[in-house]
Amino acid sequence: MLIDYLPILLLLVFAIGFAAINLALSHLLGPKKPTPSKLSVYESGVQPVGNARQRFTIRFDLIAMLFIIFDIEVVFLYPWAIVFKKFSESSGYFILIEMLVFIGILFLGYIYAWKKGGLTWD
Amino acid sequence: MEFAGIKSLIFYAFALLTVASAVLVVTVRNIVHAAFSLMITLFGVAGLYVFLQADFLAATQVIVYVGGILVLILFGVMMTSGRLQMRIQIERGQLILGGLVALLILLLLFGVISNTPHWEGIKDDGSTLEPTTRTIGEMIMQGEFLLPFEVVSILLLVALIGAALISRKEVRDEE
Amino acid sequence: MELPLHVLIISSLIKILIVVHVLLIGVMAMILAERKVSGWIQDRHGPNRVGPWGILQPIADGIKFFLKEDLIPDHVDKPIYVLAPAILLVPALIICAVVPFGSSITVAGYEIPLQIADINIGILYVLAITSLGVYGVVLGAWASNNKYSLLGGLRSSAQMISYELTLGLAIIGVLMLSGSLSLREIAIAQGANIWNWNFLIHLPAFLAFTTAAFAETNRLPFDLAEAEQELVAGYHTEYSSMKFAMYFMAEYMNMIVGSAVAVTLFLGGWHLFGLENLGGPFWSGVISIAIFSAKTALFLFVFIWVRWTLPRFRYDQLMNLGWKFLLPVALTSIVVTAIVWIGTQSKLLVGVCNVVAASVVVAIVASTLAMRREPEQIERQEPSFMKGSSSGRT
Repeated sequence: MLIDYLPILLLLVFAIGFAAINLALSHLLGPKKPTPSKLSVYESGVQPVGNARQRFTIRFDLIAMLFIIFDIEVVFLYPWAIVFKKFSESSGYFILIEMLVFIGILFLGYIYAWKKGGLTWD
Repeated sequence: MEFAGIKSLIFYAFALLTVASAVLVVTVRNIVHAAFSLMITLFGVAGLYVFLQADFLAATQVIVYVGGILVLILFGVMMTSGRLQMRIQIERGQLILGGLVALLILLLLFGVISNTPHWEGIKDDGSTLEPTTRTIGEMIMQGEFLLPFEVVSILLLVALIGAALISRKEVRDEE
Repeated sequence: MELPLHVLIISSLIKILIVVHVLLIGVMAMILAERKVSGWIQDRHGPNRVGPWGILQPIADGIKFFLKEDLIPDHVDKPIYVLAPAILLVPALIICAVVPFGSSITVAGYEIPLQIADINIGILYVLAITSLGVYGVVLGAWASNNKYSLLGGLRSSAQMISYELTLGLAIIGVLMLSGSLSLREIAIAQGANIWNWNFLIHLPAFLAFTTAAFAETNRLPFDLAEAEQELVAGYHTEYSSMKFAMYFMAEYMNMIVGSAVAVTLFLGGWHLFGLENLGGPFWSGVISIAIFSAKTALFLFVFIWVRWTLPRFRYDQLMNLGWKFLLPVALTSIVVTAIVWIGTQSKLLVGVCNVVAASVVVAIVASTLAMRREPEQIERQEPSFMKGSSSGRT
């Protein structure tokens, strides 16, 4: 089983090597004629105003938070989904109700977040 | 060629990667660089999970921690450090307190390790092992971990309500 | 099945070399196809100077990228600026490890599966590596220290994580009826006949998955992150020469691999009415690769087609679509699949009920939004995406 991962490791090494070679080659082959305006911030040809790294809307953070919560839910669904077919033959409705409770509780939260405007981007 | 030899070599490479990047996380001054090192650390830990044959856990580690929680941290860092190029300053008091906490955790970990029955590692005899995802699914379904499973959904619900409340506050502030 | 270690390593290396090269050639072909098809749709020629029909255009472009000045602007965060394109490119390259691009091929007495690694958690591996892609974007944007980049990067990363949820949920229905996470087993479970393929059984999930794939790859109509007119290429504004090309390559690779995953999950993988079993143990492998490639190419054509058909979404519309339409549709699809399968054990009924339920959900959501939105939208003059992303108080 562990040996199944060996090709992935080989590919990972290969991919990192590929990226490194690309970076190195263009560094070596390309000409270097830096000028002050080339090295300055691109702002549609206008003199840059202020620093780019400023505070931005908290919306992005909230989206990330909601994402984590639903992501964990999805992860919990995978083991269930895998055994679903096998158990649907023997213990039928039990596996169904179990999941309906799980999804149902989260669906309540989803509706609540929606009502509170957590999913609305404006 | 023997797989066992290569295996331990790869294991030590992963362990080194994890530890080295973890050291970087706490020593690097730039906070975004620290977040970047943390990504490598979490990825390395996922690699170690694969060595423990916990493939589902490894994937989950990457999906939840690297793909979710670290993005949240990065957003937070980018949002606050902003124009100040914040440098992390450590005072003496924090150093002592932090050291104490670290020592306690170290002792705790040693306690756990020494109390664990001697562990030979998982025997890897080819591809005969059950996929762990299926085992986890069966354990949840057969009642053993049914209650924790449903409790998790309530925990997530609480977190969701919390997140929705925060966003509500933000909307009200903007008006 | 069990291969000796040296055969495994050598065959893996050969497969890796072939797959990576096919991927790179695929990227080139895709760039050419994109420009040719765009030309065709807009009734013009497209590239036609370099070689016959402009076939050598991508190669000329590639060489040009290497020979351009490797510029590192003054204001960037050097280590992360240099690493960011690699952080995007490496995941794009390693996702393809678990995609089965054919059945299996028998060479020198060894039966070699046409897949780099068949691991138990195949589809989770795809999701996990996909989630790494966010970093290339967000770190590149931050390191560039440019307003356009930062805004584009933030938009893009919020968009990517939002649609990752849909991606994760949409596949659960498929997993339930296949009973496996391994992409190979999912493909095998669908079998040779088109009416057993998952896109018919899980049509709403398939559409949600495809939409999410478009959003994940930042393609039109979801390319707000690099909207030329407002963000000047977004997160890679400050990138030039090979580093820019790496962003570009990664994007196209993601598209190709995403199509390949969609084909495996929903369009029957390398199967096509038993055609894949013709010929001996060697030729059947070759035929299965051909079938798989053809299906992937078809899917890729849809990517280009959509680009010239749909206008760009606004950011609030994008988030609405992801969180308020696709998420409930994907969730409903799981519940309906579970209920109908337990009740009837019939794939046909699952397919029909899925479509009906998804239509109902979309109707409910649309009417809720219409009721709430209308008065608000008339009174607000300013387009809402400006308020959301660049929020005046900085």
